[in-house]
Formats: sequence, C-alpha cells, structure tokens
Amino acid sequence: MSENICVLAEQWRGQISEATYETLALGREVADKLGAPLTAILTGSNCRELACKLGAADSVIYIDHPLLAEVIPQTCAEALVQAFSGERPRAILVPLTNISLGIGTLLGGRLGAPIVNFCKDIQVDNGRLLACCVMYGGKIEVTVETGAPSGHLPAVLGIWPGARPAEKGHLERSVPVTDVPVKLEDTQGIRLCRYIEPEAGDVDLAKQDVLVAVGRGIQDRANLGLAENLANALGGAVCGSRPVIDQGWLPLSRQVGKSGLTVKPKLYVALGISGAPEHIEGMKDSELIVAVNSDPGAPIFNVAHYGIVGDVLETLPALTAAVEARKAAG
Amino acid sequence: MHILVLLRMVPDVVEELEIDSDGRTLDVDYVRTILSESDDHALEQALLLKERHRATVTVLALDAPEVDDALFTAAAKGVDRVIKVEGMDTGFTTRQAARVFSQAIVDAPGVMPADLILTGVQAIDDLDGLIAPLVADDLHMPYLGIVTRISLDPSGRTARAIKEFPAGVRGEFQIRLPAVLGIQAAEKPPRYVPVAKVRAAMKTFKIECAEVPTLADGGWPAVSVLEMKRNEPAGHAEMLEGAPEEVSARLCGILTERGVF
Repeated sequence: MSENICVLAEQWRGQISEATYETLALGREVADKLGAPLTAILTGSNCRELACKLGAADSVIYIDHPLLAEVIPQTCAEALVQAFSGERPRAILVPLTNISLGIGTLLGGRLGAPIVNFCKDIQVDNGRLLACCVMYGGKIEVTVETGAPSGHLPAVLGIWPGARPAEKGHLERSVPVTDVPVKLEDTQGIRLCRYIEPEAGDVDLAKQDVLVAVGRGIQDRANLGLAENLANALGGAVCGSRPVIDQGWLPLSRQVGKSGLTVKPKLYVALGISGAPEHIEGMKDSELIVAVNSDPGAPIFNVAHYGIVGDVLETLPALTAAVEARKAAG
Repeated sequence: MHILVLLRMVPDVVEELEIDSDGRTLDVDYVRTILSESDDHALEQALLLKERHRATVTVLALDAPEVDDALFTAAAKGVDRVIKVEGMDTGFTTRQAARVFSQAIVDAPGVMPADLILTGVQAIDDLDGLIAPLVADDLHMPYLGIVTRISLDPSGRTARAIKEFPAGVRGEFQIRLPAVLGIQAAEKPPRYVPVAKVRAAMKTFKIECAEVPTLADGGWPAVSVLEMKRNEPAGHAEMLEGAPEEVSARLCGILTERGVF
C-alpha cells in the first residue's frame, strides 16, 4: 500500500459537486501533512474534461464506462475495486452526500477495509490517521483510529459536507490524468428511468433574505402559524428541517438540508432545530444565524451566531411582538 | 409478495447521553433506546405496500433494551411476523449487525424468499458502514438508498423507487427484485397506533426468537474508537439569556444594528 490519499470526485449531471471540493481541501491537508500525493478519482462516461477542475489534487484517475454515466452505488463500487486492484492508497475519502451515499460502505466491504463514517476532520498523529466523527445526530464526537498504519488496508472515510470550505478545494489547473480501464457488466439490476425536477414552490427560498426555519421543536402543525407570524414580521418565509417535511406539515419545496435546498439568506432563524449535520449542510453559510432551542447542548449552537435557550413556543410570540414593535417605532 | 424489514434500536438523543467511564462508549445504563427513525419509515413503507399489494411483512430485529415495545407496536400496526435475533454482545458495530442480519435472513426458517428487504437508510450510530448496502452485497442483491417511494410493477419482478438527490431533485429507478432498499422516508409519516392496540398485541402476538448465528470472521480490521465526548457548542454562538421578552428585545436590537430591518 502506498501513502497516497485518494478522494472520490462526485460528478453528477455533468458537474463536480461542492462536497467534492470540500473533501479535496481536507484531503490536500492530510496529504501535505503526510508528505504524500493526493489523487482524485473521477468516474463517469465521456466526462474526462472535468478532470481539469480537480486541480487541488496532484493527479487524477479517470474511469470511463457507459455504465458509470449515472451514479449507481454498486456499479461505482465495482469500478473502484478494480481501480484499486493494484497499489492501494492509504485512505479513500468519499463525500457523504445523497449522490455518493452507499459507495464508501460498498467499497470498504468489498475491499475488506475499515470504514469510518461521519468524519468532519482528519488529523495526522505520528503517522496515524485519526478521524474526528460527529454521530448521534451531532451530539457526540468520537476520535477514531482509521485503520492500521501503512502496510495494511486502506481506510474508507465518509466525509460530512462542510468539513472544509469548498473554495479551498477549487483549483483549476492541468494535472496528470491516468485512464484506468474497467470491465463492468450490466448485472446490478438497477436502472435510472428519469430525473424528477423539484416542483416550483409558492416561495423561492433561495431568493429570500430572511428565513424562519422550524424543526421538531415546533411540536405540532397547528403551531406553524406562530412561525408564519414571525416570518411575516421579518419580511421572510418559513422553511423546515426534514422531520417537519416528513410529517407533511410543510411541502418538499420548503425543505432545507441534505435532500432539500441549500440557502444563504441574510438572516436564518432556526426554531426547535437540533442541528443534525444533514440540516447544517443546507444553511451553514447563512450570513446571520439565530437559533432557539430548549437544549443548551444542541449542535445548532455550534453554527449559530446568536443563541437562545428556551421553549420555542414561548419565545416565538415574544420575538414576533418585539419585531413588530421595533418596526412600528420606525 | 413478501417484504422483510430490518429494524434496530438506537439511543434516544432527546435524552442526555452519558459517556461511559472508559471514555470510548456510551454508558448503556443511562441510554434509553428507540427505534431508529429511518427504520420506522422503512416499516411504514412496508405496511403501505402490504395494503396496496396484499403483501406479507416480516420484521427481523436485533435484540436491545426496549425492543419488545417497538416490536409489539409493529405488530399492532399490522406486520405478519416478528423475529428477534438474540444473544449479541453490547457494543456491536454496524458492520457486525449487517453480517448478523445477512446470516439470520439466510438461516431463519421462512424468512427467504423475500421480494423486498427494507431498512433505514442510515442510523445515527452507523459509524462503520450502512446496513442496506452491506446486506445487499452479502446476499448478492441490488441496492438503492435514500428511497422515499416504492411501487411494484405488475410483473412482480421489478419495482420502481424514488431516490432523493441534492437540491430537491429525485430520481426514478427500476430495480430488479429481490432487492435491498435503504429508506429515507416513507410516502406517509409513520402511522400512530393506540396504546390499547399495542397492549392487545402484547397479549396475542408472539415474537419469535432466533439465536445470533455463528458468523464467519468478517475479515476486516476493527475500527478503534479512541475517545468519545459530547459535541459541546464550542462558543460559536453568543447566548442571549433572560425572559422571552428580554431576549427578544435584545435580539431585535442586534438585528437592527446588523441592518436586517
């Protein structure tokens, strides 16, 4: 096994994902600390030109096959296993997104390699790779030794989006690209029939300066009116985290987070949202974040600029009244 | 149509999580466990398919504190058969759990053949892998994750599943059966079942038990947790303290200074 650090580059619908650049930035740091090269692995069909967008890496491995045109996890994992049939890297970093979820687990399983999910950071300690992972809905951090030192199997590390700023991984330059042929057969039994674009909602969340986001802490659909009142007072719109959408209290078009929209409003008020990584992914770059939560240990306070520990249902009317009074006072 | 649902219990993060004195694991004496949220959605999706296609639903669950309550609730909701796999050591990993599920699926009488195997896409403690893809590979079945809707084709040989992608985009996939699907969310929220119905299930429904199968060596290096700690807010947020009216007034002042108004 080499000391090489590899990053799986996500290409989806002809674009390299932002999570790829974030993961490349982290991989670059780790590789530099180890004094090792960083390799990006790009899979797809007729998309070799995307390799030039992966300039944060020292080199790119490109795997081209018609069956890799869409991201089918078992097919991608099989291609990667074949690519690693020779020299294996020290670690393979895979973005934990809706595009790639499952690929890291399948790859680790097929290679018989250690798998570590939920990584938000990787430290190098006397040559060891230590992963800092956030689990239990963001409430617990664990430090994990990511596998045996050099000479054994590579570790497959699932990286949470946001581990590093994407800008740090953006570097367009020409790097050596190696084409790796693979033999894939259409035996996985899965075929993409079509993409379904999101229905236009009544409100375009991405264009709102103010978003009032509700989570499980809103407790009941009937309480959504309280959030609407605050949103109206602030001149914004109401959105929600996954549990609220799954309950059917708000439409899919109002979901912020991993499967929903990524928003960057001037003000994001998170009400009763604990701050699971899947939600943070969609709102962490908001200009000003205010969080209200009854749990003082809620991870949302890690990204908020201002926090209030309290009952959302008590705070909401008071906050709405204060905003209205301030506006009335001019 | 036979649908198998794989269920696991996870710590209830609404409760305070205590770290064991070894500093590397949760203190199980203080942990309340609940059904993993996405497993609950997998169960609901199976019940919806049962109603639509007259399917039979079997639940296979790993033993854990409070699991019987979850299983009797599943029975009250309408599953046909429940098997609890007993005898696992505490602190087993996701990868070990996946291998136990795979082996139990093969070994337990009447579990196979199954047309669909549903489980949650990801649990909050899936540190070393995900159940659905590992079980799919063990059983040589197709796998798809982040699924939010399933419909069965008339032939019974394939299904259509909706998978979530980023930015609200979804993909419709055709999948050869049998297959393993990781459920993100069911088409409808998990149904409510009255306590009286659960109590009735406790009197009439039999939870079958299976021993943990003898597992072949997984062949993979163990993932070693060196330290576990609470993810305390790292001082990022400036906390506003006081009565709701006080903090609201102060926050309004801050928003005014920031030019939000």
